[in-house]
Amino acid sequence: MARARTLASVWAAKTAALASRRLRRGGGTAISGLVGLGLNPGLVHDLARGLGQGCVLVTGTNGKTTTTRLLSEMARAAGLSPLVNASGSNLMRGLASTLALAAGHDGALDDGERRLGVFEVDEATLPLALAELRPRAAVFTNLFRDQLDRYGEVDAVAARWRQALARAPADPSSGSGQGPSTSSGQRLALVLNADDPAVAALGEGRDNVTYFGVDDKKLDRGHLEHASDSLSCVCGARLEYDAVYFGHVGRWRCPACGRARPKPQVSASKVNLKDGRSLRFVLASPAGRANVEMGLGGLYNVYNALAATAAASALGLPQAPVTDALAAAAAAFGRQEAFEVDGRRVELFLAKNPAGLNQVLQTLLLDPGRKTALLALNDGIADGRDVSWVWDADFEVAAGRFEAVVVSGTRAADLALRLKYADWDETTIEVEPDIGEALEAALAATPAGACLSAVPTYTAMLTLRELLARRAGRAPFWQQ
Amino acid sequence: MSEPTLRLGHLYPSLMNVYGDRGNITCLQRRCRLRGIDLQVTSLDLGEGLEPEAFDLLFIGGAQDREQRVVAADLTQAKGAALREAVEDGAVFLGVCGGYQLAGRFYRGAAGEELAGAGVFDLYTLHPGAGAKRLIGNLVAEWEDYTLVGFEGARYRNAFGSYLHGPLLPKNPAFADRLISLALERRYGEATLAPLDDALELQAHAAALRGR
Repeated sequence: MARARTLASVWAAKTAALASRRLRRGGGTAISGLVGLGLNPGLVHDLARGLGQGCVLVTGTNGKTTTTRLLSEMARAAGLSPLVNASGSNLMRGLASTLALAAGHDGALDDGERRLGVFEVDEATLPLALAELRPRAAVFTNLFRDQLDRYGEVDAVAARWRQALARAPADPSSGSGQGPSTSSGQRLALVLNADDPAVAALGEGRDNVTYFGVDDKKLDRGHLEHASDSLSCVCGARLEYDAVYFGHVGRWRCPACGRARPKPQVSASKVNLKDGRSLRFVLASPAGRANVEMGLGGLYNVYNALAATAAASALGLPQAPVTDALAAAAAAFGRQEAFEVDGRRVELFLAKNPAGLNQVLQTLLLDPGRKTALLALNDGIADGRDVSWVWDADFEVAAGRFEAVVVSGTRAADLALRLKYADWDETTIEVEPDIGEALEAALAATPAGACLSAVPTYTAMLTLRELLARRAGRAPFWQQ
Repeated sequence: MSEPTLRLGHLYPSLMNVYGDRGNITCLQRRCRLRGIDLQVTSLDLGEGLEPEAFDLLFIGGAQDREQRVVAADLTQAKGAALREAVEDGAVFLGVCGGYQLAGRFYRGAAGEELAGAGVFDLYTLHPGAGAKRLIGNLVAEWEDYTLVGFEGARYRNAFGSYLHGPLLPKNPAFADRLISLALERRYGEATLAPLDDALELQAHAAALRGR
C-alpha cells in the first residue's frame, strides 16, 4: 500500500513537471514536488532510501549552491553517481521533486548502488530535511543575517539547528527498519566552518566533526565588518579575533571562558586571490597537502572549496578526485557565471545579504579593470521583502570605483539612495527599475571588449540570467 | 556662526545594529557635512558612562533578543538616568525598533520575562507570544505635515521613537533635517539648513508610498 502510494506520487510529480515545462512555466520543480508531497507526505523519506550511498545536506547563509556543486563533482570524479537538487529547489518540495524525477516509474532510482544525494537545504528547512533524509553528513557553511523577515534573527536560526542536531539519530539507518541501509553504524558526521563562531559551536560535545577554516594571516582585514552577527561567545562574553577574514569569520577566541576557534582538519593557506576570477591556495587535509588552482574567484569560494573538501573527507572520498574536481570547478547558476553579449563579457554575481554582498564587492575590487556595473535589488518573497539590509553592506569600499552604474529592480530607488550615501558619485548612477532596460543601458555604457559586473538579488538574478542566456544563445536552466 | 558642531552619541553601535540601523547615522553625517556642520559621532558601548550634557543628539537602533537583554541591563544601570535628564533638557533622541522598546519603561518578551527600559517614553512593549505572526512589511504614516515612510512611534519633547526598524532617515530627508534643526536650535538658538538635492531620496520615498 505504501509502495503504491509512493509510485502514484512519483508518477504525479513527473506529470506535473512535464506539464509545467510544456506550458513553459520553468523547470517545474516546485509544482511537481508539491504534487508529489501532497499525495505522499513521506515521499522524500521513501525515495531517499534508494540512495545507495546515502546523502549529504549542505546548509548555511551563503555558499550552499557552490559547495553542493563542488561536492557533487568530487563524488562524480570518485566514481559515484551524485543526485543534486537544482539551485533554488532547496525546500522539501524541491527535494521531493529532485528524487521523484530521478526515480523510474517503478519508484527505484537508476544507478541506485552508486547514488549519493548531495542536497542543498534552506536554513529553515534543515530540521525537517535531517529527520526525513537521515543524511550521512551535514555541512554548515556560515551563518549571517539574511532575510530577517523570513528566517527571524540569527540566534533563532542557530537555536533551531542545535535542536535539530540534538534530535538527529546517531545512526542514520536506525528508525527506517528496512530498505537499503545507507551506512549503518555511522554517526551523523558534521562538517563545520571553524572560523564562524556560531557554526563551530554546533560541534561542541559531538564526535565525528570535520572542521574547515582558513590559515592565512595576510588575509586579516584588521577589523570586523559591520555585517558581523556572532560577536558574543556562547558564554556571553565578547569574542576577540587574531584575524578577521570577513564578517565575523576568522580566528576567534573568547577571553572569558577560553573557547576558541577549533583547529581545522581541512584548511587553506597561502591564498592568492589574483584578479577575482580564479584563485590559488595550499590545501591541507587528513589526506595530505595539495596545491589547488580554481577557476572561481574571491575568498568566499575558498570557503566553498574547503566546505566541499571537508565533506568529501568526512565521506571518505580519496584525495585525487577531490583536487581534480576543484581544478575543474565551474561557476554554479548565477554565481560568477560569465556571458558573452555583444562583444562584452557580463559577469553575474548573485548577492542576497550583507555578508555575501561584501564578499562580492571585495572580489570585484580585485580587478581595477571593472569599470561598469549593473546592480539590481528586488523585494520579492524569495529576496526578502525588507530591503533595509542594503544599509548593512559596505558599499563605501567601492566608492569612486565605477565609471557607470545602472541601478535596477523593484527597489532600484532604495539601492540608488544607499549608493549615494556611500559616496558613490551620483552623476554616474542611472536608475532604471526595469531589468531588461537596465541591461541595455549597462551594456551601452560598457565599451566593447570590456567587462560588465552584474550584481543582482535572487529574483533579479533569475530575470537577468534568462535575458543574458538568451542574448548569449544558451539554453534555459532546466534544459542544462 | 562658523562651522557649527553637533555631537551625536550612538548607543551600542555594534550590538544594536541588526536592521540597517546605521543608515540613520550615515544619513545624518552626510546631510550635516553638506551643510558645513561638523557632526562628531561617538560610540557609547557597554560599561561606558553617559554625561547628560555631552551630546546634542542620541541614537539607538535595534537588535536581537540576546543583545537586547545585555543592553537593557547596561542601559538601566549605566546610562538610563543621564539619558532621561538629557531628554528633559531638550536633547534630540531617536530610538528605532528595539532601541525604541528599550527607551520605554519595559519590554515583555515572548517568554514573559520583563526587560526594564530607560524610561524616556512613558510606554511599554509586549511581545505577542512566540506563536504569533511576526509583524513585518513596509509601512507609511502621516505625521504632522509630512508622510513618513516606515514610521510608527512616539514623541516626547525632542525624543522620537519608531517601532519600525531600519534606515528610517535616508528615505525621510525632511525628518532627518528636522532632527538636525532641533539640535542646532537647542545648541545655537537658531537653525537654517540649506536645501539639498533630494531627488533620489524623494524617489525612494515615493516608491515606498506606491508600494502601500
